[in-house]
Amino acid sequence: MECVFGLVGKGFALVVADTSAVHSILVHKSNEDKVMILDSHKLMGASGEPGDRVQFTEYIQKNVALYQFRNGIPLTTAAAANFTRGELATALRKNPYSVNILLAGYDKETGPSLYYIDYIASLHKVDKAAFGYGSYFSLAMMDRHYHRDMTVEEAIELVDKCIIEIRTRLVVAPPNFVIKIVDEKGAREYAWRESIKDAPLSAV
Amino acid sequence: MMKIDFSGLEQNASLRGNPNELLSGLSTAPEFQIPNTNDFDGFQKESIQMVKPAKGTTTLAFIFKEGVMVAADSRASMGGYISSQSVKKIIEINPHMLGTMAGGAADCQFWHRNLGIKCRLHELANKRRISVTGASKLLANILYSYRGMGLSVGTMIAGWDEKGPGLYYVDSEGGRLKGTRFSVGSGSPYAYGVLDSGYHYDMSVEEAAELARRAIYHATFRDGASGGVVSVYHVGPNGWKKLSGDDVGELHYTYYPVEPTTIEQEMAEVSVS
Repeated sequence: MECVFGLVGKGFALVVADTSAVHSILVHKSNEDKVMILDSHKLMGASGEPGDRVQFTEYIQKNVALYQFRNGIPLTTAAAANFTRGELATALRKNPYSVNILLAGYDKETGPSLYYIDYIASLHKVDKAAFGYGSYFSLAMMDRHYHRDMTVEEAIELVDKCIIEIRTRLVVAPPNFVIKIVDEKGAREYAWRESIKDAPLSAV
Repeated sequence: MMKIDFSGLEQNASLRGNPNELLSGLSTAPEFQIPNTNDFDGFQKESIQMVKPAKGTTTLAFIFKEGVMVAADSRASMGGYISSQSVKKIIEINPHMLGTMAGGAADCQFWHRNLGIKCRLHELANKRRISVTGASKLLANILYSYRGMGLSVGTMIAGWDEKGPGLYYVDSEGGRLKGTRFSVGSGSPYAYGVLDSGYHYDMSVEEAAELARRAIYHATFRDGASGGVVSVYHVGPNGWKKLSGDDVGELHYTYYPVEPTTIEQEMAEVSVS
């Protein structure tokens, strides 16, 4: 029941993911961050088997960092996406990773971009995309309300519409979501949408 | 040649022309859908087995103000046979870190021992104790490299390092989760209920131990694969300490003592005159 979706706006890209860590009928955790900050201007939202998700995204993150250390300049979003797809493709017929990835990034020359990479290593550059059962609801919402060059406020409104639709219509809908944004200032967490809060750690 | 008469086999043949209103409700036999499967009796068992967590045990751990509380039952079952009521499911990795066992006993014991070795080597190489984050990542990476090969491990790594109390859930599918409350095993849904409703961050050690003990007791009450003895450990800034080990059968009667039934009428001796 994992939901990851993303879209591109005017000068930024958003990636939204649910934050539930689930094992059959048990929810182990409802604040698990599934959108990794790959480097200063890249976000990678991933869904799939828990071990694969963490290990594969960390592997990509470390290789992206290694390229920057070796060559002095960071990878472009397109290059990182193609590298990720290549790794998935090489492993596909030996030891496949079950991870679906949405890679969002901002490049100074080309602006914001979003790449859809699924578990069988297909790669598409898109304006909006979604994975998981939530995609049945969020894709239609985005198709209806999305237009090019949305502002951050308009995009967050659309994201909230999608989250509400998922919560209303998906039978085992995840309660909490995290929204991350990447623009020319960099990649960062934008907001959480929580309907269930875990017990606070510090005493009140 | 006479054609064989199959009209008697047709269900509605006899009642079709019947104008009688009383019998019209009985014109078609009540139908119910049978499941689209070959095995009518056993098909449901497969779906229940799919949902049921496979590891026959109950373990739990949670972080609170005074450190980490770790508790587990002690039953080992092989299908319907209870093979042991005295299994040590809390493994002492080093004096500051504990691991819990759920899944394959051999897998858990071996890999925890192996993790203890790696932690000691880290200490010797870096002249400082390994963090809970580091230890759990070492274990998770090892288990991930064996994924798909049939290891069955559902463990929690609990410890106190420089950053304070730490708790991680690591399993044989390669998953690793950082959290404040976890329960693993077939009895975990029952334990979660009691644990979640009674949890406060600022409990004392005694209150936390009682909560852990109660949660495991309730899980052993409902789950057939959990039972035996509840072990409760506390991990504080100076390392772990075993707090108690109580038989769940005895715990039951402390929580729910047998009420003496009210006697309505006593039989008295009849005096012989």
